[in-house]
Amino acid sequence: MTPLVPLIVCLPLLGAAVALTLGQRRRLQVMVSVASLAAATVMSAVLLVLVDRFGPAVVQVGGWEAPWGIVLVVDRLSAIMLLISALMLLGVLLFAVGQGIVDGDTEAPVSIFHPTYLVLAAGLFNAFVAGDLFTMYVGFEMLLSASYVLLTLGGTGARIRVGITYIVVSLVSSLLFLSAIALIYGATGTVTLALIAERMPDLPADIQLILGLLLLIAFGVKAAVFPMSFWLPDSYPTAPAPVTAVFAGLLTKVGVYAILRTQTLFFPDNQFSMPLMIVAALTLLVGILGALAQADIKRLLSFTLISHIGYMLFGIAIGTPLALAATIFYVVHHITVQTTLFLAAGLIDRVGGTTSLSRLGGLLKSAPVVAILFFLGALNLGGIPPFSGFLGKIALFQAGTIVGDPIIYVLIGVGALTSLLTLYTLARAWNLAFWRPKNQVKDYTSSMSASLVEDPQDEGIVLKKTVSPLMVGTTTAMLVLTLGLTIFAGPIFELTTRAAGNISSPSTYIDAVFPIGTGAIEDTNVGTNFEGGAK
Amino acid sequence: MSASLTLVILMAVMYAAGVYVMLERSLTRVLIGFLLVGNATNLLIFIMSGRAGSSPIVTGTSLLDMVDPIPQVLILTAIVINFGITALLLALIYRSWWLAQLGDEGDTLTDEHAGESAGEADATFRSSSDDDDAIAESIEGFERGDGATSDEVSRNRPANAGGRAGASARNTPVPDEGDQR
Repeated sequence: MTPLVPLIVCLPLLGAAVALTLGQRRRLQVMVSVASLAAATVMSAVLLVLVDRFGPAVVQVGGWEAPWGIVLVVDRLSAIMLLISALMLLGVLLFAVGQGIVDGDTEAPVSIFHPTYLVLAAGLFNAFVAGDLFTMYVGFEMLLSASYVLLTLGGTGARIRVGITYIVVSLVSSLLFLSAIALIYGATGTVTLALIAERMPDLPADIQLILGLLLLIAFGVKAAVFPMSFWLPDSYPTAPAPVTAVFAGLLTKVGVYAILRTQTLFFPDNQFSMPLMIVAALTLLVGILGALAQADIKRLLSFTLISHIGYMLFGIAIGTPLALAATIFYVVHHITVQTTLFLAAGLIDRVGGTTSLSRLGGLLKSAPVVAILFFLGALNLGGIPPFSGFLGKIALFQAGTIVGDPIIYVLIGVGALTSLLTLYTLARAWNLAFWRPKNQVKDYTSSMSASLVEDPQDEGIVLKKTVSPLMVGTTTAMLVLTLGLTIFAGPIFELTTRAAGNISSPSTYIDAVFPIGTGAIEDTNVGTNFEGGAK
Repeated sequence: MSASLTLVILMAVMYAAGVYVMLERSLTRVLIGFLLVGNATNLLIFIMSGRAGSSPIVTGTSLLDMVDPIPQVLILTAIVINFGITALLLALIYRSWWLAQLGDEGDTLTDEHAGESAGEADATFRSSSDDDDAIAESIEGFERGDGATSDEVSRNRPANAGGRAGASARNTPVPDEGDQR
């Protein structure tokens, strides 16, 4: 099973190269990118089954052993993330193909879409399989560079404007991450995750605190955690609908994955529990209060995206195996449901001509399928039983009550409130866009729409475009996937419980990378304690 | 672990200057800030390799004398990544300048020199070669060693330089600090 691990990164990269050379032949280019992502999906599914059955897959790249060479590790958590992100990437790609067919785009910016998208996929996969911090950084940079290009696709004024904000914010977080790597190397003499995990507990508590906080801030910007989240609602909605969907579903979750991985591995005593709890509560509240005021569906969804990152942080902050299992389940649920909702918003944009709630109306009659897609997705995100959103939240809250600190009860309250407010905002959006008759849209006054604020970039133009069956088909397929998460929640939760069991004791991960133990490395290490070792 | 104090001070100055410049409104300055902070981070990685020593080649160097090669590998990768991102940022800055000057209509402008012959085009772009001549002249003057430093050369021709700057300001659109934000 080990050859699959590097292959899952290399295949999309190879596909990107081929797709780039096929820029003139659109049909062939589409086939190449769909085929490479489909193959990646199949490989990650196989990998998940194998890893679940036989334990973590470890690859020493180029035959260089772990602390010196690059090591790739796929444990259950990585495999779950690989599979779900490959599925999302494939679905969104098909949606984009459908949209491209309708628009009949043949211009240059579109021919760059497929190669860039595949590089984004490769970067994502690389970040998930990375067994050392620096490879993770390289994966981050790959996916970020691709995301810069995707966000500014076409180079229109609005996209360049928000793109630059997004790029500068991402660059700062990348530089923080790189500084954190440098300091961790200085403190422990290695960048291999497993070896850092072994050496971190021996460091003085204040140094651990600095390193941990640096990592948290660097990943927190990427995950859009409360004080560092203000870049997201401005930048995401401006991109084309499929790009927004894949960013919303996956890019913030890479940050969550990195926090989950480093927190459980480096700080198994959960020293950062309290700050994470506070930040989680603020993320939940500030995010959803922002969503309440938005008139634009895409911006509204971006704010709920920020808000729900708080649930995942809450799970990481509790830190028990049960809480981690619930977090992983919630991550999987949130990736699928948020991507589906953004795709549905893309459909609304095309059938209604706008995503502003103050101009949409009567869509239930004119686009009943889109209405159902958005409605079910909204109920799922809002956490109505029996959907997976409800199950994920209830699992988190249960894990919290078992620990039973006062602050956890506060957070459960905040979480429940956020869930209700999410439901309120989405139900209002559905009411205004779908339920309200078309002829009432003009001069509509209601207490429901009193607090709504328009998107500052909205130009108020209504421009209808047609929808291809492929776009509706992929969105439906994604919705079916979220419903599948509900129906098969039992087996999936068992899987995430096993994954959480893996990560809640770092020794599993360390033993997988260093089967003969780390004692021998101490003696020959060419790191900072080199002088001591060589004598 | 021992490190060179000079490097530490240099890194601190670069971080400080970089963060300061990054907070400016102009995009070009943000880019310069990013480059400074990026290279300061590279220095930080380098400082983490500890004391100086001989090159880490396995044959011919004693292990005691060797420097730690891993930070150098990390820096190399980081430099390549920073280079790529700088190129992308430059393209974006140019694009945002273009949009700020010409707006969306800028993309549909026709080439006003499309129908010209090579000679006519040469005449149109004479102004830039004039600049080259002036630069070559001042370099020659400096090389002849008539005692004039570059500062003095520029001080000797204030009227000329001012006139040219004024002319170019009339001919070319002046970027408004890179963008409109």
